[in-house]
Amino acid sequence: MVDELLFFMEVLVGGLLAGTMYSLVALGFVLIFKASATFNFSQGAMVFFSVLAFCGFMQDFNIPFVLAFILAALLMVVVGLCTERLVLRPLMNASEDTVLMATIGLGYVLEGLAQAAWGVEVRRLDLGIGDFPVPWIADNLKLFISALDITAGLVAALMIIGLFLLFKYTKIGLGLRAVADDAGAASSIGIPLKHIMLLVWSAAGVVALVAGCMWGARAGVQFALVDLALKALPVLIIGGFSSIPGAIIGGLIIGAVEKVLEVYIGPFFGGAIEGWAPYVLAIFFLLYRPEGLFGEKIIRRV
Amino acid sequence: MKPVFMTYTKKDLINLAVCMFLSVLIIPSFITTEYWYTSILIPWLCLALATIGQQIVMGYTGQLALGAAGFMAAGAFAMFNLILRVPDLGFVGSLIVSGLIAAAFGILFGLPSLKVRGIYLMVATLASQFFIIWMIDKFGWFKNYDSSGIITAQDIVILGKPFTTPLAMYFVCLAVTTVLTLLAMNMARGSTGRNWMAVRDMDIAAESMGVSLLRTKVQAFAISAFYCGVAGALFAFCYLKSLEPVAFDIKLSFKILFMCILGGLGTINGAFIGAAFILLFPVLLNAIGNNVFHGAIDATIISSIEQVIFGGLMIIFMIYEPLGMAKLWENLKQKLSLKLQSSNVKNLKSSLSKKS
Repeated sequence: MVDELLFFMEVLVGGLLAGTMYSLVALGFVLIFKASATFNFSQGAMVFFSVLAFCGFMQDFNIPFVLAFILAALLMVVVGLCTERLVLRPLMNASEDTVLMATIGLGYVLEGLAQAAWGVEVRRLDLGIGDFPVPWIADNLKLFISALDITAGLVAALMIIGLFLLFKYTKIGLGLRAVADDAGAASSIGIPLKHIMLLVWSAAGVVALVAGCMWGARAGVQFALVDLALKALPVLIIGGFSSIPGAIIGGLIIGAVEKVLEVYIGPFFGGAIEGWAPYVLAIFFLLYRPEGLFGEKIIRRV
Repeated sequence: MKPVFMTYTKKDLINLAVCMFLSVLIIPSFITTEYWYTSILIPWLCLALATIGQQIVMGYTGQLALGAAGFMAAGAFAMFNLILRVPDLGFVGSLIVSGLIAAAFGILFGLPSLKVRGIYLMVATLASQFFIIWMIDKFGWFKNYDSSGIITAQDIVILGKPFTTPLAMYFVCLAVTTVLTLLAMNMARGSTGRNWMAVRDMDIAAESMGVSLLRTKVQAFAISAFYCGVAGALFAFCYLKSLEPVAFDIKLSFKILFMCILGGLGTINGAFIGAAFILLFPVLLNAIGNNVFHGAIDATIISSIEQVIFGGLMIIFMIYEPLGMAKLWENLKQKLSLKLQSSNVKNLKSSLSKKS
């Protein structure tokens, strides 16, 4: 009995920690959605692009770790700049769906550029943190939890706190919230829309880079990262598109539910139900609570 | 039951005659290399058909769906099982029934559209994509317990005659596509299509005018999935000649989405233009890579460049012409006819002045 409980705990904790990885990707979506009410479908591609560039800088040019990270972050700022200038500004008054489709196009461009520049083969990314159980926890609590998962959890927590403080207490954060509420009104009282957009897209780019590092260290830096990032979508639906805590809670729920289902119910169906379980869970949420756990209620005016 | 063939004008009949003339007489007599049939014309027809399905749900009804390949897989594997287990149905019967099976999935996964829209709906339809592929992959029955993962598709036999040469398969695809395209054009122009478009343009207004949202949306999803299912069956039996779930992954769904958007949302001919563009462009790029640069550029780089160009085009079209290539074509035709008219008027004027 104790063993079974321990095993369940292990599955649950493993799922929760894996969920923080989804949260990290979802965080980038939320940032952009919060500030511009745009759904950025290319976030997954940004994850892939940024971490591939990071790997490329380190492995092809032998640039040291920290410098490569800064360079990759700067590259993401440039990407943000180009996106604002070339995609978002011309589409300022377009409908939501049009902008969404344009970001799908943007995702394709980023994926293509990354592969053209850095090649298509799977790269290994070594962060110096092993993807194996931490001995101390294994000995004392009898739980096998990967060091990488714990790091991802800590990084996610740090980023949430940072972003939360940014949104809540700084002038920039106030501007971001104002733009999200009503872009026209915000710009009429002198909030520089361009700068706000640039800032948000750069921040989302850096978040993508961090998420990419975590995923890359686990699964290798490869194209499949884009598909993994799609799983951030159900996370967003459960947590709500405009809520930073929602992204975290949503990620935790998805991570835990998918792991528990996979371990306890999966074997009856031949396994690999992780592939679709999050989406079906999202559908149930959509039917009962379309705005997600923490999202603002969707009100459509006629 | 409303009459089906009622909304054709003289212009449509001329268009139809020209298309039929080109595809039945001109193409078979001028194109003799198998490559064109097996690698371009057959997939073009199949994917155009799937794109019409995507058009119905996305272009006409305005529901952002991203699961066309899932329904295609449902159609393809339904076809395989029907031919295997119910041989009495025949090819055409199996094709229709597999379309209906795909339509059943369409109804099931289209239900969330009653509650949500936009990106939310996209996620719900992604569920269908992943679920259908997983189901086929995990339950051996669908694949007739074949362990190799790739099943060879049965030969196409219609009324006892085998259709196995590329040309014969082309005609099979052409016939199915023609019939379904005509039907789609009719639906789009008739009351069905008007209801779809009313829901697309403003669902609340449509509902207050007495259009049933439940009926219209579910109908659109069912018909869309039917088209995708039939297209998937043809795609597997005429083009791939094998069945594997991997062929219908999310990438194919995105491809069809691109065909739909670049071709022109809410148009039937856009489906054909978009499919042709997405299929032919990589061929063109490869040809340029081979002939101009003599293979100096790596094939993976070419495919990456292709991706960049597709994505870039998508952005450019969204900014400058959200209605896609079909609209460009329309504009061009309009300009030409205007020019023609003005030159006619000039001629008339000059001839009149000479007389007087």
